[in-house]
Amino acid sequence: MAVRMTGEVKIWQRRERGKQLAIWVGWLVSVAIFVYCWQLISEKTIWMFVNDAPRQAADLAERMIPPKWEYLDKLWIPLWDTLNIATLGTVMALILAVPIAFCAARNTTPSVLLVRPVALFIIVSSRSINSLVWALMLVTIIGPGVVAGILAIGFRSIGFCAKLLYEAIEEIDETQVEAITATGANRAQTLAFGIVPQIMPAFAGISIFRWDINIRESTVLGLVGAGGIGLQLDASISTLAWTQVSVILLAILATVIVSEWVSAKVRHAVI
Amino acid sequence: MNKNIQHRTWKRPPFITNPLLKWSLIVGASLYLALAFGTIDFDWQRIADGAPRGKRFIASFFPPDFLTRSSAILDGIFESLWMTVTSTVIGIALSIPIGLGAARNLAPRAVYLLCRAIVALSRTFPEIILAIFFVKLFGFGPFAGFLALSLATIGFYGKLLAEDIEDMDPVQAEAVRATGATWWQWLIYAVLPQVLPRMIGLGLYRFDINFRESAVVGIVGGGGIGATLLTAFDRYEFDSAAAILLIIIAIVMVVEYSSGYIRRWVQ
Repeated sequence: MAVRMTGEVKIWQRRERGKQLAIWVGWLVSVAIFVYCWQLISEKTIWMFVNDAPRQAADLAERMIPPKWEYLDKLWIPLWDTLNIATLGTVMALILAVPIAFCAARNTTPSVLLVRPVALFIIVSSRSINSLVWALMLVTIIGPGVVAGILAIGFRSIGFCAKLLYEAIEEIDETQVEAITATGANRAQTLAFGIVPQIMPAFAGISIFRWDINIRESTVLGLVGAGGIGLQLDASISTLAWTQVSVILLAILATVIVSEWVSAKVRHAVI
Repeated sequence: MNKNIQHRTWKRPPFITNPLLKWSLIVGASLYLALAFGTIDFDWQRIADGAPRGKRFIASFFPPDFLTRSSAILDGIFESLWMTVTSTVIGIALSIPIGLGAARNLAPRAVYLLCRAIVALSRTFPEIILAIFFVKLFGFGPFAGFLALSLATIGFYGKLLAEDIEDMDPVQAEAVRATGATWWQWLIYAVLPQVLPRMIGLGLYRFDINFRESAVVGIVGGGGIGATLLTAFDRYEFDSAAAILLIIIAIVMVVEYSSGYIRRWVQ
């Protein structure tokens, strides 16, 4: 505890003077950076449009209400596609993530120097590229459609699933593995009976967690042509059919709520 | 008895103990997969025809071309970084009062419900949908992207902050309160030290997410590197696009490693 003397009186302080000063300098630098960035953004902003926003918002709200409920009939197939993109993409990601995770975990990787960095690079690159960017790329390569969406979701999720999975593998109880090895089990048997049962709950949790995220992400993939309800959203916005947009947004909202409910139930059952 | 023991073989205990649940899960899953693959029209002919074209497309990503569009790429990257910094700061600043309000053990019931509603609302829609609307309302440019990212940050950060405050150790909080501390003092000396390390880590993580998301809000006109990326794709300049993707990966890696370092230093 730091104490400052003012004449004869001791005053309690939370930190030493040097540390306090360092924190203040840190704050000063952060504020300076923030102000600088803000200034650059505000230079590129047309403030006339921003001032106009409340009027625009009122105008937009007026155009979106009431929602055109008949349009819902045309949304069932896109919604089914969206569900498929999310689910099949998650399944694909999980299948590919398992070997990558085993290669990336320090305690199971075949080679720390050669294989592990490659696996980690795959994980980072898959995670840093957003699923929309993956979709943009895949649509140019294999053409628009649901398949591009599935692959985009899959590629995006590999990194996420593999990262969480390899962290789970690194945290396993080594004594169980040693016990299995002591029975004379070979490498594959050790993996199957020593490691896999320990990471099964984590694996189930990760799949559900990622599926929930993927449902959200697959609703917008259509904006770049990769199938699902996003296609309808894009078409409705481009044709300024705002009453349809509000129906689509409500459908997305309902889907997200249902998927969150389902995943909460399943997570509760598994863990 | 002895005979029996010889014939007993060990079986791995099942992951799902209830056989009815297990079989219904298996049947349900295969039924779903059959239905799903049935409705997706894999046009094998087209895929076969497209394979060489796809190969050519992939080949055109290499080698990445950093130079031809370097000024546009630099502009985009910097704009993304400004957006990331401002939206993370503003988002976190706004989410602190909301997070405090959304913590059950801190806020009165009415405030709690209101703040939870704000958090739920801003978490529902993906950043890109928010960006579409902000572009419509506030015009093209980084301001719309900044708003979309800030709003998404509020949902993310407010929720985690509230959960962290709800999980804190009530003993320390009570000890500080027993000294006669005012509400502010109680907040700063009892609540803040308990949640700060984790919150700094999460703030850095959100910075990372915001940078990645800033690459997509540009696709709908929200400024940043996404706009440059979309232009590169639209002009079939895949080598420039590859360069942009590599830069994004590199920056995310740098942020991730340094945030791990800062987190260790804070704790």
